[in-house]
Amino acid sequence: MSQKTCLYDNHINHGGKIVDFAGWEMPINYGSQMEEHHQVRNDAGMFDVSHMTVVDLEGQHVKPFLQKLLANDVAKLKDSGKALYSAMLNEAGGVIDDLIVYYMRDDWFRMVVNAATRDKDLAWINQQASAFSVSVNERAEMAMIAVQGPNARDKAMSVMPSDCATAAAELKRFAGTAMGDWFIARTGYTGEDGFEIILPENAAADFWEALAKAGVKPIGLGARDTLRLEAGMNLYGTDMDETTSPLTSNLGWTIAWEPAGRDFIGRDKIAAEKAAGVTQKLVGLVLEDKGVLRGHMKVVSEAGEGEITSGSFSPSLKLSIALARVPAAIGGSCEVEVRNKRLKAKVVKPVFFREGKSCL
Amino acid sequence: MSEVPTDLRYTSSHEWARLEEDGTVTVGISDHAQDALGDLVFVELPEIGSELAQGDACCVVESVKAASDIYMPISGEIVDTNQVLVDEPEIINNSSYDDGWIFKIKPNDEDDIEQLMDASTYQSELDDE
Repeated sequence: MSQKTCLYDNHINHGGKIVDFAGWEMPINYGSQMEEHHQVRNDAGMFDVSHMTVVDLEGQHVKPFLQKLLANDVAKLKDSGKALYSAMLNEAGGVIDDLIVYYMRDDWFRMVVNAATRDKDLAWINQQASAFSVSVNERAEMAMIAVQGPNARDKAMSVMPSDCATAAAELKRFAGTAMGDWFIARTGYTGEDGFEIILPENAAADFWEALAKAGVKPIGLGARDTLRLEAGMNLYGTDMDETTSPLTSNLGWTIAWEPAGRDFIGRDKIAAEKAAGVTQKLVGLVLEDKGVLRGHMKVVSEAGEGEITSGSFSPSLKLSIALARVPAAIGGSCEVEVRNKRLKAKVVKPVFFREGKSCL
Repeated sequence: MSEVPTDLRYTSSHEWARLEEDGTVTVGISDHAQDALGDLVFVELPEIGSELAQGDACCVVESVKAASDIYMPISGEIVDTNQVLVDEPEIINNSSYDDGWIFKIKPNDEDDIEQLMDASTYQSELDDE
């Protein structure tokens, strides 16, 4: 049973090519994925991310609950609206999902989790929440629009309700602010500045069209994927899943090991893995020969074999890039099996292009 | 609505073929195919001199999204390839039936092209998709 977001008609009217994404009918592009990619890097684009799952967690013990549930530590969040990126691990230390959690009040946190993992996430969260008397409320009635690019903030603020615009102008990076039913955060999944805006469904279509009039162009899931890959951001289910550890998924930086007594789910397993020496890591690859790297291609190096998790042509760099899980001891170069050939690739830190600049 | 020129022959895997005056057959992909693939970023051309049978995968076009095989519409020898595509694969998006041709075949039998679909048959296949 496929679902539509409240912006479905807007996608059709803007020429969106609709595909199935995790049970949702979503636009893959509105004509040219390449042009949409450059639109975000050079100006401003908007994404319908209403299919993502917004969950409000409320109760007196919500903070200790999240300190148990998440590998990153919400105690880092001191100011209202501040965001934290974290993995949610299972008992075996595998990644159930990656998410953003916002500190709203001492008894209220807001989480945004992936659409494709909604059911299992909610089941897991509810299962853990009962011991803490935390209420778990999915906000399915909310829409979510991401506006991204160097001109995204200015263009978005020009068409927001004035109180929202005033508050949005003050936002530091990775922080959000609630204004009535609206929630505006300076976050994103493209490597460009911008906002992610959670708003009531009945206001979403008008806001979408106002953004379009202000010169913010609609961007499909295709460009969303090449933008996030260039920015070196993992895609859940592709670059990591329940069978992979955060330590082999370039998520080590999101694990809060201190305080040592914080007993988050999966901690003992990944602590043991770390103590024994992590054998794999997620790196970036830059193809030196002509061709296109794709997911599941085999990586061959002197340190052993690995596998590409996400690969594509990079529209900003005009060459092919990938994320790959490889032996931790890999050197600066490797080969990738592309059909019946082996092509040369450079091994780099997994971040390729952000804020209008190459990171290579 | 994609373009389907009436002077070409087509395959159900969306190649087009044209018999030239010198007896060679020029091959490319249809407007429908380039549109479905999206922005092309890489073309792996076949090797000149290879002798291939109808239906053999002989080269690959890649868009940002995915890689897609191109199949021999009829049996024969590859006698020429469009080298411009190596650096400018997007020509296929802009001109799939002219500047975006991919390779030329010396057919084993010139009459083989008659077995391929004509434009109206191909068009009705597209309409059924």
